[in-house]
Amino acid sequence: MTPAIEIQQLGKRYGALVALDGVDLVIQPGEFFALLGPNGAGKTTLISILAGLTRASHGTASVMGYDVLSDYREARKRLGVVPQELVYDPFFTVRETLVIQSGYFGIKSNEVWIDEILHHLDLAEKAHVNVRTLSGGMKRRLLIAQALVHKPPVIILDEPTAGVDVDLRQSLWQFIQQLNLQGHTIVLTTHYLEEAEALCNRVAVLKQGKVIALDSMHNLVHSARGYTLELRLSSDHLPSGLQMWPSKHDGCLHSLKIKDSSEIETVLSTLRKSGIQVFDIRLLQPDLETVFMKLMEVGPEGVA
Amino acid sequence: MTGFYTLFHKELLRFWKVSLQTILAPILSSLLYLLIFSHVLSNRVQVYDGITYAVFLIPGLVMMTVLQNSFANSSSSLIQSKITGNLVFVLLSPLSYLEIFLAYVSASTLRGLIVGMGVYAVALLFYPLPLWSLFWVMLFAFLGSALLGVLGIIAGVMSDKFDQLAAFQNFIVLPLTFLSGVFYSIHSLPPVWQVLSHLNPFFYMIDGFRYGFFGTSDISPYISMSVVLCCLIAVSGWALWMLKSGYKIRS
Repeated sequence: MTPAIEIQQLGKRYGALVALDGVDLVIQPGEFFALLGPNGAGKTTLISILAGLTRASHGTASVMGYDVLSDYREARKRLGVVPQELVYDPFFTVRETLVIQSGYFGIKSNEVWIDEILHHLDLAEKAHVNVRTLSGGMKRRLLIAQALVHKPPVIILDEPTAGVDVDLRQSLWQFIQQLNLQGHTIVLTTHYLEEAEALCNRVAVLKQGKVIALDSMHNLVHSARGYTLELRLSSDHLPSGLQMWPSKHDGCLHSLKIKDSSEIETVLSTLRKSGIQVFDIRLLQPDLETVFMKLMEVGPEGVA
Repeated sequence: MTGFYTLFHKELLRFWKVSLQTILAPILSSLLYLLIFSHVLSNRVQVYDGITYAVFLIPGLVMMTVLQNSFANSSSSLIQSKITGNLVFVLLSPLSYLEIFLAYVSASTLRGLIVGMGVYAVALLFYPLPLWSLFWVMLFAFLGSALLGVLGIIAGVMSDKFDQLAAFQNFIVLPLTFLSGVFYSIHSLPPVWQVLSHLNPFFYMIDGFRYGFFGTSDISPYISMSVVLCCLIAVSGWALWMLKSGYKIRS
């Protein structure tokens, strides 16, 4: 099967700054893929190269088998990109914007599909309004609509929910999930790790232009072994029997790192023996954020 | 073709939606030039035999308006799109650099011609302007307008800020236009300035255009046509190279 996106040894330099440093990545059709990393990790550079907005210094990239440079017309017809910046053309209405965008892709009459996108993105009532007057969230949705006019099999969203309020974020994700179920490949970058965790089935983590982790969401989250046991106790000191677990405390609120849930009983019985009361107890599962923070601390060298 | 046509149409809409500023305002200012210069100079300057100064001036003013407006169209559209960031919608599309080039140049040419025709039409109401050859008039209007539309692309792509674009306008386009013989025949100039004027491509556009009205000019219209055509090909090559290489727009 032709990969939706295939990247080989992709590199980008801006003078002395290395924005991308030999990235290899293959994304299969139908995946819901998260591209994560701190600011300046190279996520947007990677997307820009795929979209043809930036030229790579070395390496190759293709969309649905079409090279983004030598076969750029075919590649771009198959790619919808939602840029990070809230850009718009103040001369036009919402509908005009979408009709024009369709035309750029060679589509003459696209009214039915435009109506459908407007409906799904809750913009139907604003169709005849100048885009200048739209709120930030609406402009963001218009950007998504623009990326979809040509029904691209591969959709890349660079921070799609930045500045969009919670209600809307939900409906936006529902729509994007629906697109994914219909067979569109979705690649997104986001700062909301819980969103990525809930939606995506595979993740690449970038740091300083390198891929430092590439795995299924399940494997990545579970690579952070152990749980955190949060306890509110009657004492601000742990009994000596519990000193073997790494722990920290803030007054009477203690958090212990345990390996698995079978250790909870040992902890509780030790506390009971020492006459310490337990007021509250919480078991924190590992999440993407924990893994992410850990990856950022270790850096590329620490990841095998 | 749909892609090219859409971008061309979008560029037309862009100036048409603000036609008060992009069409009527330049027509008005050209007519003010005509009114004032012809009033002040009508009794003192006689350029060609049997032609009043005002009538001599009109083709120059029409051409000046054509040139300035086609330059303004592509350059300001590009710089606005660059600064507001919406050029990205064109860049993300499968439009080829040639389609982008042709769309911007065609829209600019059309704007230049529309404004030029406006000035011409209004001037005709007040002055009996002869028309010796429509062919030469249209040819030079078209070539000049296209040439400045292409220069506008170059200026728009090269400029990062509005003041850089204003520098193009004020230090290149405006002096070359004013020193090209819009307001005078270069035969009235001292020899040194006559020679220098021949180095100014704008001179050939104005002189050839004027030939179309009066059948008389400072130099042969064939030479003017060749010079303007060569300039058009040269700057088009430059602009196409910039768009193809992604200079300043695809980092």
